[in-house]
Amino acid sequence: MAMTTEAPAIDTYTGRRGIWAWITTVDHKRIGLLYGVTALVFFVVGGMEALLIRLQLAGPNLELLSAAQYNQLFTMHGLTMVFLVIMPIAAAFTNYFLPILLGARDVAFPRLNAFSYWLFLGAGLLIYSSFFLGGAPDGAWVGYAPLSTQLTEVVRMDFWIIGLQLLGIASIASSANFIATAFTMRAPGMTMMRMPVFAWMALVVAFLLIFSLPAVSIGLFQMFLDRNLGSLFYEAQAGGDPLLWQHLFWIFGHPEVYVLVLPAMGIVSEILPTFSRKPLFGYPFVVFSGASIGLVGFGVWSHHMFTSGMGPIAEAGFGIATMIIAVPTGVKIFNWMGTIWGGRVRLRTPMLFSIGFIAMFVIGGLSGVTHAIIPADTQQHDTYYVVAHFHYVLFGGAVFGYVAGVYYWFPKWTGRMLDEGLGKLHFWLMLIGFNLTFAPMHILGLNGMPRRTYRYGEGLGWDFWNLAATVGAFTIALSILLFIINIIKSRRGGEPAGDDPWDGRTLEWSIPSPPPVHNFDEVPVVRGLDDFWYRKYGEDDEGRLLALETAEAEAVPQRDEEPEDIHMPDPSYYPFVTSFGLVVAGFGLVYLGVGGWIAVGVGMMTALWGFFGWSLEPVTREH
Amino acid sequence: MRTGSQVRRTDKKRPFALHPGRRLAAIAGLALLLAACSGSGPQTSLEPAGRIADDINNLWLLVFWVATAVFVIVEAGLVYAVWKFRERKDDDRRPRQVHGNNAIEITWTIVPAVLLAVITVPMLSGLFEMRKVPTGDVLQINVTGHQWWWEFEYVDETGPDGRSIVTANELHIPADRDVYLSMTSADVIHSFWVPALNGKRDVVPGRITNLTLSAFAPTPDGQPHLGQCAEFCGLAHADMRVKAFVHDEAGFDQWVAAQLEPNTAVGAGWDTFTTFCTACHQVTVEDADGVRTVGPERVIDVDGERTFRSSLAPNLSHFGSRTSIAGATFANDVAHLSAFIDDPSSLKPMTPERNDIAAGIILGMPDYGLDSDEIAGVVALVQSWE
Repeated sequence: MAMTTEAPAIDTYTGRRGIWAWITTVDHKRIGLLYGVTALVFFVVGGMEALLIRLQLAGPNLELLSAAQYNQLFTMHGLTMVFLVIMPIAAAFTNYFLPILLGARDVAFPRLNAFSYWLFLGAGLLIYSSFFLGGAPDGAWVGYAPLSTQLTEVVRMDFWIIGLQLLGIASIASSANFIATAFTMRAPGMTMMRMPVFAWMALVVAFLLIFSLPAVSIGLFQMFLDRNLGSLFYEAQAGGDPLLWQHLFWIFGHPEVYVLVLPAMGIVSEILPTFSRKPLFGYPFVVFSGASIGLVGFGVWSHHMFTSGMGPIAEAGFGIATMIIAVPTGVKIFNWMGTIWGGRVRLRTPMLFSIGFIAMFVIGGLSGVTHAIIPADTQQHDTYYVVAHFHYVLFGGAVFGYVAGVYYWFPKWTGRMLDEGLGKLHFWLMLIGFNLTFAPMHILGLNGMPRRTYRYGEGLGWDFWNLAATVGAFTIALSILLFIINIIKSRRGGEPAGDDPWDGRTLEWSIPSPPPVHNFDEVPVVRGLDDFWYRKYGEDDEGRLLALETAEAEAVPQRDEEPEDIHMPDPSYYPFVTSFGLVVAGFGLVYLGVGGWIAVGVGMMTALWGFFGWSLEPVTREH
Repeated sequence: MRTGSQVRRTDKKRPFALHPGRRLAAIAGLALLLAACSGSGPQTSLEPAGRIADDINNLWLLVFWVATAVFVIVEAGLVYAVWKFRERKDDDRRPRQVHGNNAIEITWTIVPAVLLAVITVPMLSGLFEMRKVPTGDVLQINVTGHQWWWEFEYVDETGPDGRSIVTANELHIPADRDVYLSMTSADVIHSFWVPALNGKRDVVPGRITNLTLSAFAPTPDGQPHLGQCAEFCGLAHADMRVKAFVHDEAGFDQWVAAQLEPNTAVGAGWDTFTTFCTACHQVTVEDADGVRTVGPERVIDVDGERTFRSSLAPNLSHFGSRTSIAGATFANDVAHLSAFIDDPSSLKPMTPERNDIAAGIILGMPDYGLDSDEIAGVVALVQSWE
């Protein structure tokens, strides 16, 4: 069973083809692809916003954008990249691969999964519709009160509140789903400590979201009441407290950073062993350092508030916690280097991006430690130094990791390889462009340039590095263009991949590319970590890699028999209906008033209809 | 390429010598790096001009060099590992399947932890040091953040009428004497920051936050330390700037004495001024009726702890002595001031149409549609108040 170039015949198992099949799908792979494609579209949009920002700042006192336009663009850039790009791209990978890596046929709650996606998409569209309805949110993605509650007659920040609330519901639903999947859907023999690191990180992230999102949901709810119904939670003159919002936001917001980056760390932890032909160095250390990053991540939120006036005792505590979190992060980096050490390192595109991830993340991690030096942070806070830091974590880190994941798993999605030449060009252009954009921002910040400023004067010594950053941003844009061309070109015309193009270690490589709807003809029985690898390879007396002769026969599951007796859940349009209703109600809440309340009523009725239909329909129709 | 071969020959003798072109590139790169790392510009945090900023900078330098060392070691190790173990053509190595090594892993958990613990000690002592309330001969200044300008009240420097000095956007302080700022906000959260004198501190409505400024030496004429609001505060956040002038003792006393003198309310502009400008702006003047303060006064009382004498717009007493206008964004000259009065939002983005004076919400200076004579009169008047 060498090459599988054609889509398997059972791909249309769900019945209908075309757009209706996508709207009603409950297949975790299709939902994963929907998340991925949507995230890529938003990535392009958020990137355009970044380019406009960089053009405006290319020199002193430029007038390409007005202050009002600039403030909307940087707010939407941050909002888009965090909530509509990196979170959903992580959700895309988790959706597609969590069940397969665990040897399952789907997630625990397939229709809840579809609901999460449609609600995410609806919330994203709701936020973006504000551009056509009088203007986008302009209070920064953190929306600090009381700036965000100041002008209640302008509904921009209501779009932000409602959009984030809906995204939060979608995230909580999918997190519950992933937790249930990891705990209940594992194949026989797949113990927790045999789960691939990516599955572990997905699990940690799901817990982070479940525990952190409620804090910001409460904060947003209070903000909505302040803006629309006259409550005074954040109104200092009435005894409210503006800093309450910052605490609630960052109790969510800091774990959120790990939500964004841990799945990328998981992906890199899959790629490095595969391309080094060695097991991950210290699997338990990597898993538990990831989990402890998640845990300690709940105790560092106030390091975003070192200038807010908490007092030195509280600041010292959060500073020390921030130092502590650097330790498990460092452990991961050393373990990855230990994985490479002594291997036979194949420098294919996924590996290049993974190495790029480590190299750039080290920089972001080290500049993070400089933030924990609280006196120094009072200079760095809210400057371009911070902008540089978190782009090294979220772009140099997370985005490099996710791009590595795309190059790694594209063959599994499509049955075709991405072009290596274009991929390598993409890597080098992105690496150079990224550093040209964000390295100078360290210097700008230390030289006093605050973030979120639409212009700066002459004679401040910022001109050269700003221009460099702008050139870098367009270099990144060029590299992303190559990436998209590569995806479009290779989807149909790429080299056929076969089931196991990278000589992989984990279960997804044991099934066809693209996988059939039910993933596994026979649910695998797992005997250890990297089970699929050890069906192909053993170790000789010196511990060196040894190919097993029986590998071929054992590796590939039997695929000749028709999977007659596998029952996958039927497609359902109710998740879409429910999400649609909630988004309509969301619009009503933005435009609260008679019309708004009607929309809330209609939307909630629609959502209820969806919930009931969903609860009452059978999982599979009678055959 | 004869020179090329010559160079190659010299390279053989000195294995570490660089090709002249590369040597030039290396020198240029190093120079660029040094230029990049050294501070530059009037708003840099890397050229501290006072005790506290200097302490901060020393801490920064310590962690910078530690981080740089870690950076070099880790990145070099990574690149070396990738290069050394890269797959070559016809490579049939069979790597040893190492699953981990507890001793090594525990070591690289503990070593960074110890390193961080060592850095934590000076960090904590530096933190508590910089948060100390200064004692002795301290100049107290109240700071009120407004969208989008700074208001400074010199609470201890009062004139014969008992009123303190109130000024805007340009801070004058003495050298060699600690200045203790007590800050609050009239609207949203701002953050006061003059990098040469200290880190930033948020300015929060309903609260008092404090910041100590200390300066080593007077600033040269025309070269004040620059700063600006660091917490995003809405439309014109970028234009909420501040200039800090440091004087020697005599110079500061002189400045205080001058500020305490009332301005003279004369000239053609006065009628226009009192018709439009004093709806929001305050000024203390002396005329035939004696010394009086016109314009609205707003007192911000924070929890009964401290009162901030404030107004709805920058106090214009001694406006002529200021070097800048519109949140220290433009030079205080006839051209800029006339253009600003003619159409304020064209110079600095504001939304005066949302002002609600009764509710104390001021989001910009309105365009009152003054004709050019009226504008010229007002400009001449306020610039005469030195």
